[in-house]
Amino acid sequence: MTGIAVSTTINGDTIEYLCQPDETLLDVLRDRLGLTGAKEGCGTGDCGACSVIVDDRLVCSCLVLGAEAEGRRIETVEGMAHGDQLHTLQQKFLEHAALQCGICTPGFLIAAKDLLAKNPDPSEEEIRFGLAGNLCRCTGYDKIVRAVQDAAHVMKGA
Amino acid sequence: MNFDPRFSGRKFTSVGTRPVRPDGVDKVTGRARYGADFNMAGQLVGRVLRSPHAHAVIRKIDTSKAEKLSGVKAVITAKDLPDLTDGDAAMYDILDNCMARTKALYDGHAVAAVAAIDARTARQALKLIEVDYEILPHVTDVDEAMQHHAPLINDTIFTEGLEQKPVKPSNVTKRSQFGHGDVHQGFGHADFIVERSFKTEQTHQGYIEPHACVASVSSDGTAELWVCTQGHFVYRQHCAQLLGMEASKLRVTSSEIGGGFGGKTHVWAEPVALALSRKAGRPVKLVMTRDEVFRASGPTSATSIDVKIGARKDGTITAAEATLRYTCGPYAGSWAEIGAMTAFACYRLDNVKTVGYEVLVNRPKTAAYRAPSAPMAAFAVESAVDELAKELGMDPVEFRIKNAAQEGTRSSYGPVYGPIGIGPTLEAVKNHAHMKAPLKKNQGRGMACGFWFNFGGQTCVDLNIGMDGSVSLAVGTVDVGGSRASLSLVAAEELGIDYSQLKAIVADTSSLGYNDMTDGSRGTFSSSMATISAARNAIKILRERAAQMWDIPVDDVVWEHGHAVAKGDKHGNLGKLSLKEIAAKSGTTGGPIAGHSELVADGAGVSFATHICDIEVDPETGAARVIRYTVVQDAGKAVHPTYVEGQYQGGAAQGIGWALNEEYIYGKDGRLQNAGFLDYRIPVCSDLPMIDTQILEIPNPNHPYGVRGVGETSIVPPLAAIANAVSNAAGVRMTHIPMSPPRILAAIEAEREG
Repeated sequence: MTGIAVSTTINGDTIEYLCQPDETLLDVLRDRLGLTGAKEGCGTGDCGACSVIVDDRLVCSCLVLGAEAEGRRIETVEGMAHGDQLHTLQQKFLEHAALQCGICTPGFLIAAKDLLAKNPDPSEEEIRFGLAGNLCRCTGYDKIVRAVQDAAHVMKGA
Repeated sequence: MNFDPRFSGRKFTSVGTRPVRPDGVDKVTGRARYGADFNMAGQLVGRVLRSPHAHAVIRKIDTSKAEKLSGVKAVITAKDLPDLTDGDAAMYDILDNCMARTKALYDGHAVAAVAAIDARTARQALKLIEVDYEILPHVTDVDEAMQHHAPLINDTIFTEGLEQKPVKPSNVTKRSQFGHGDVHQGFGHADFIVERSFKTEQTHQGYIEPHACVASVSSDGTAELWVCTQGHFVYRQHCAQLLGMEASKLRVTSSEIGGGFGGKTHVWAEPVALALSRKAGRPVKLVMTRDEVFRASGPTSATSIDVKIGARKDGTITAAEATLRYTCGPYAGSWAEIGAMTAFACYRLDNVKTVGYEVLVNRPKTAAYRAPSAPMAAFAVESAVDELAKELGMDPVEFRIKNAAQEGTRSSYGPVYGPIGIGPTLEAVKNHAHMKAPLKKNQGRGMACGFWFNFGGQTCVDLNIGMDGSVSLAVGTVDVGGSRASLSLVAAEELGIDYSQLKAIVADTSSLGYNDMTDGSRGTFSSSMATISAARNAIKILRERAAQMWDIPVDDVVWEHGHAVAKGDKHGNLGKLSLKEIAAKSGTTGGPIAGHSELVADGAGVSFATHICDIEVDPETGAARVIRYTVVQDAGKAVHPTYVEGQYQGGAAQGIGWALNEEYIYGKDGRLQNAGFLDYRIPVCSDLPMIDTQILEIPNPNHPYGVRGVGETSIVPPLAAIANAVSNAAGVRMTHIPMSPPRILAAIEAEREG
């Protein structure tokens, strides 16, 4: 038995799993826990499609080992909405058509959530640099930036 | 059924609005299932062994050690994919590309594959496969491959399209030619002539989702395939043919697709996954790594293009000529031919000639990339047009307006144009505020035009009306960027009901008739035509049912705003029946109500765009940055304008990456050196400004609502628009794409040194 026992918190729930030493957190989320919202676009930390938040820090889950999640607090796209109430960012992404194919969307939502948590009133430039670790090939980023601007505006007022 | 596809002007209620897409919530919550998000019970993990050599004979493959590894359930080589192509050369190439048969033809070419109980075991198994290669000389550059002394990639290929059949095999598979008039005479009438040679490097579509599929072959000969694809019906045909199956026994379901741009129109991993599943007797999931996507899927051509254009002092172009050489990878293609067709399509020319050469190289098999082949041709032509305008002392927009194609112009590739948008996009650009905005030091402005054919093709749609009055629309064109929203709008428009009453899905291959794939900007064009036809068929039945409910002749019933209305004084007090009321009674008036449509969507209206770009060049580093960008494009009719804008912006962004940064870099050993997003750098959010769009609507006469395809044209002008802007900013004419900092710096330094 080479599996490592891990106890962690994912989207507020206590989760326990066994994983191999060479398994990434992304592998664990997708293949062991069925949380396929985080996507593998590259496996090398270059595309951001696997973005999750670990203890308030934005990371590429393909660069974190599953075993490293022990005792941590992990947020994924699956935890953004409350029941059928979408997060403001999710709602604004829909309204602004900030997604075409949608494969990068979970990563962008998580990165944007992290950005707004740290900077609730970002300039366009701060949004562009804040999301520069996430690749989108469909939109040219225009509508993504506008959706985040609109979400920030609404969330500030809330 | 007597469907009239011609444009008829109408006032739209739903079409042209901007509702949230029906698949939206699933995509922002992580619920949407893409290629790699699907699993089957008992599923194995598939992995592919790939050639590290650019060109090598495969002497022997020993899989015995891999087969003995615990947890390995199947190992396959080309022997497990026997040749069933029956003389179909194009299918044979696809087969050989899926699994090399006698020679590895590029770095990344598949040579064997395994299926094992987990990824770790599969990776270990690949290391145990022993391949004995005899390394051959290789060639990756388009111009070098055309030299007589170049290594020959396929000694059975003799150039097609020459007047005399050649006696020696060649890396040039085909010569094609287009045009009319007499260019020699035309150049004789020119006061100014510009002649330039250009090169563009190979780029990848760069979809964020790697190719992924799950294949399950049953011992009774039936099979299922879950796959991210732009065309599941085409994948079914190709896979069935390559595996010797009957197409109807292979059910292919298209997953949500994480970008394609032409790159998911060809099978690579799917026949391999099916062959592994057949051999192992269990489902197999096969997902490419990003490295595999770059090395072994289908990037676009690298090119080498010569252009010559002549004009009189008054600005009239007298002759235009281009020679275009496009790489095809190691298999025959028609990429230069398409480039040769599109090169001068924007202009009204009396004398024009284009010649295309398809060139084999030891690179992956070229696949379509958004308006395939057109951006490179436009880069060369629009750069030369700009230079010629300068020599003439004319404004580049005015020069283009003077020579722009019009309705009735015989295009450079043959057909005579109907109503087209090149003139209107140029006029819109001329009057755009962007053209008048001031520029700062080291900044320059460029503009360029682009053309794409657009495609229609085979299309099939089912529209079913539930007893509760809700409508389900099943289409067969994969939704790559919001077409379920646009098609729902079209159905709502035609039926006269609310968008929220509809739900559109993409049906699998066993649930709907054949559909061509989502390519050629055909998704919304063709499926909306079929949707309109299906809705009209459903309306006919709705009218019949209403007539039955009222007990009056059907000819007295018309369909207005979602209701059956009895016409004529004698029916004055009948009121009207809503779709919902008719549907509720369908069980007793003749059963389910549905409309179907099967058609070939002819008459895809050609598409034109003109782009404006401001660039700032750092003269110290050669780095170029896009400061402002504007897209003006004809949509025919924008069904969902927000998604039309999205197509314009996305194409422009891809073009910006291509123009400034993206390229396949091969080492002397013929190996790809930048097979990852770190070194093959696509534009990120901080690289780009907002991308402004202006939608023009010049109705396509061959579509009931005037719709034209909008997806591809937006990638055609950027290479040239940016090259023209760089030229104006840095005072040097850039002839090699991408205009990466070292290339721009070298050009600036060469200019300084004179």
